Amino acid sequence: MDDTRRSFLKFAGISALGLGSVSTLASLMPGSATASDESSAPHYKETKKALTAKRWGMVIDTRKLTPRLCEKMIEACHKAHNVPDHDNERHTVKWIWTDEFEHIFPMKQNEYLAERLKGLPIVSLCNQCNNPPCVQACPTKATFQREDGIVMMDFHRCIGCRFCMAACPYGSRSFNFRDPRPAIEEENDDFPTRMRGVVEKCNFCAERLAEGKMPACVEVSEGALVFGDLEDPNSEIRKVLRENYVIQRKQNLGTNPSVYYII
Amino acid sequence: MKDKGKIIVGLVIFVVVLTFPFWYNHGVATQAPEPELTKKAKKADKCVEETAYMRKEHMQILDKWRDTVVRDGKRMYVNANGKEYMASLSNTCIDCHSNKEEFCDKCHDYASVEPYCWDCHTYPEEKE
Amino acid sequence: MLERAFKGSKGYWVWLVALLAVIGVGFGFYLRQLTFGLGITGMSRDVSWGFYIAQFTFLVGVAASAVMLVIPYYLHDYKKFGRITVLGEFLAVASVIMCLLFIIVDLGQPMRLFNVLIHPTPNSMLFWDMIVLNGYLFLNILIGWNVLEAEKNSVPPPQWVKPLIYISIPWAISIHTVTAFLYCGLPGRGFWLTAILAPRFLASAFAAGPAFLILLAFIVRRFARYDAGRDQIQTMAKIVTYGAIANVFFFLCEVFVALYSQIPGHTAHLQYLFFGLHGHGVLVPWMWTSIFLMLAAIILLVIPSARRNEAVLGVACVAIFVGIWIDKGLGMISGGFIPNPLHHVKEYVPTIPEIAITVAVYAAGFLILTILYKVVVGVKQEVGE
Ligand code: SF4
Ligand code: SF4
Ligand code: SF4
Repeated sequence: MDDTRRSFLKFAGISALGLGSVSTLASLMPGSATASDESSAPHYKETKKALTAKRWGMVIDTRKLTPRLCEKMIEACHKAHNVPDHDNERHTVKWIWTDEFEHIFPMKQNEYLAERLKGLPIVSLCNQCNNPPCVQACPTKATFQREDGIVMMDFHRCIGCRFCMAACPYGSRSFNFRDPRPAIEEENDDFPTRMRGVVEKCNFCAERLAEGKMPACVEVSEGALVFGDLEDPNSEIRKVLRENYVIQRKQNLGTNPSVYYII
Repeated sequence: MKDKGKIIVGLVIFVVVLTFPFWYNHGVATQAPEPELTKKAKKADKCVEETAYMRKEHMQILDKWRDTVVRDGKRMYVNANGKEYMASLSNTCIDCHSNKEEFCDKCHDYASVEPYCWDCHTYPEEKE
Repeated sequence: MLERAFKGSKGYWVWLVALLAVIGVGFGFYLRQLTFGLGITGMSRDVSWGFYIAQFTFLVGVAASAVMLVIPYYLHDYKKFGRITVLGEFLAVASVIMCLLFIIVDLGQPMRLFNVLIHPTPNSMLFWDMIVLNGYLFLNILIGWNVLEAEKNSVPPPQWVKPLIYISIPWAISIHTVTAFLYCGLPGRGFWLTAILAPRFLASAFAAGPAFLILLAFIVRRFARYDAGRDQIQTMAKIVTYGAIANVFFFLCEVFVALYSQIPGHTAHLQYLFFGLHGHGVLVPWMWTSIFLMLAAIILLVIPSARRNEAVLGVACVAIFVGIWIDKGLGMISGGFIPNPLHHVKEYVPTIPEIAITVAVYAAGFLILTILYKVVVGVKQEVGE
């Protein structure tokens, strides 16, 4: 059975029942399983070069951050992902940006903050939470979590309700309040732009990982960002985590961020 | 029912308005357009699947591709003959069919469908 | 029955045409919003829900409040409410339709609305909100229409309506509860993260909804010469009083928890709303007006002689309605977003197109309400009540 039909059945089912698990209903339909008798049936697979992990994570070493370095990372990311630069502040879209310590870690501010941290720009991006409230809130699964922990956006599916933005405790998400294309200085053809009316955010460079490349920001970070598999005890990121005391943002909310900070 | 007359007049107007596009186009039936192939596409001879299938089902394939790429992270499509393709509109389809206007738009315009692929994905003409 | 909506005085038609004109203007702006995007509103990355969702929240309350007429009539056998329960049910119908319209105008990609059904996601509260709202709409249309039809034919309503009426009671509570759950389950939004949000929503709804119904009853009496009845109005006034007091009480509970615990994530929002934060405070005068209106109305309502005077009652109802509208329709949503999760204060002010679209949705609601009430009053006058 083709896919439109299955979606339609789901749709009809849900309309008829009002609620309940319709996917079970669809799976009971004869022929909904893919034909498996032919070994040569069309199928899909991962690219050979792809970097894979059980749970991707990042460590940000604030001791190595400088304003210039942060600028470089932001530019690399926003160029790679066609992130627009709107004049109107209300329409701002950003995947990675900097802020001061007291804003990145609002619960950890104190009067006697170390000199070094005062005014130091610290990068902020989606935390790729292991227990992501944005995924829980999304009514269409347009925001979903992959097996490897990456919290992804399906721009095709997003209805623009912005529930995920209210749910994210880190302000990591941006909404396309208008067509982004006129505000993109130089379009990168390897990555789509978005259209007005959908939400976007950092995707941990899923498209680059598939090609065997490290995230764009990590690549230009001169070692300030360490990226790797949190569940592989032999990975570099685990080594860094073993050797340093790290903190996560708003840890008390139970979101379990996959982005760690060395202060 | 005192208003029978009015109701009937109303109904007739409603039906006429509703079917207006059919009346309007009546008798001006146009030839269904033939999509044009680029040299590259001609040379390749075969698309990712049989031509007849592609004509009828290309939207289903694209739909499946985007779901599999975005949601399952599987970016390679292996067809029935075991041939592998990157499942990518901008990089695979448009690589051969770089003539969007003569290939895609012609039929889509004829059938009055407006896929929103190009709101986000790029095609060659735009590249300059 | 609907044919009664097509016969009316000149004033009736002028009113309908005026509403249509307002809808037309708003629709024009909506077309602009469709092509340009939600950028024509005052919303931003930091305050990502604004006027639309706030009106939605407020109106869910108005819709739920119909239950305050249904419970006395059907559960306590308070026969006098027979004259007005249908008015309450039809107010609910119009309100829910407005709610759904507000959700649609708030979507960035309204054409994809049905993705919510194609990819049902039970862990999202918005999914449940869709279900309860549509269910409630359906129930009220069915109940209201059948009860009215039966009344017209001077027969008791069909048997199968009874169970639906009983279902509609918890269902009404559920719509406002689920709507509160949209907000109060979000980590990191301290203003909403309180178990009392749902009860408070309900209390304010049970004040604002019946207050509005009382005002509608006055209007219907004046323009359609149908009297809802003095006793009925007085009983509703008592419901309004209880609702308003409960609302203020719940609010004070919240204020106490926030201010006494002094946890910054919770106090900051209240501070912003009532005193301003870091030099920003567009809502400060509004919030104090709201408090003043609610307290003044409560004082008027608890004094029996004042409450019994219909002129005073009218003033009190307007005060309650406006006070709660400011609280829920202005402060509740943007207050939760300011300061933002990184503790920056980015304010929100609705734009003119946004307000025009909002007013148009209200006009659409009033259009539906007017037509439905026209039918009700026509039937009631016919059977000589
Ligand atoms: S940081 Fe925000 S957007 Fe990213 S996964 Fe966590 S909740 Fe979702
Ligand atoms: S805006 Fe899009 S991604 Fe966010 S919750 Fe709504 S549908 Fe999901
Ligand atoms: S991981 Fe990739 S998407 Fe995320 S901030 Fe870095 S460059 Fe941008």
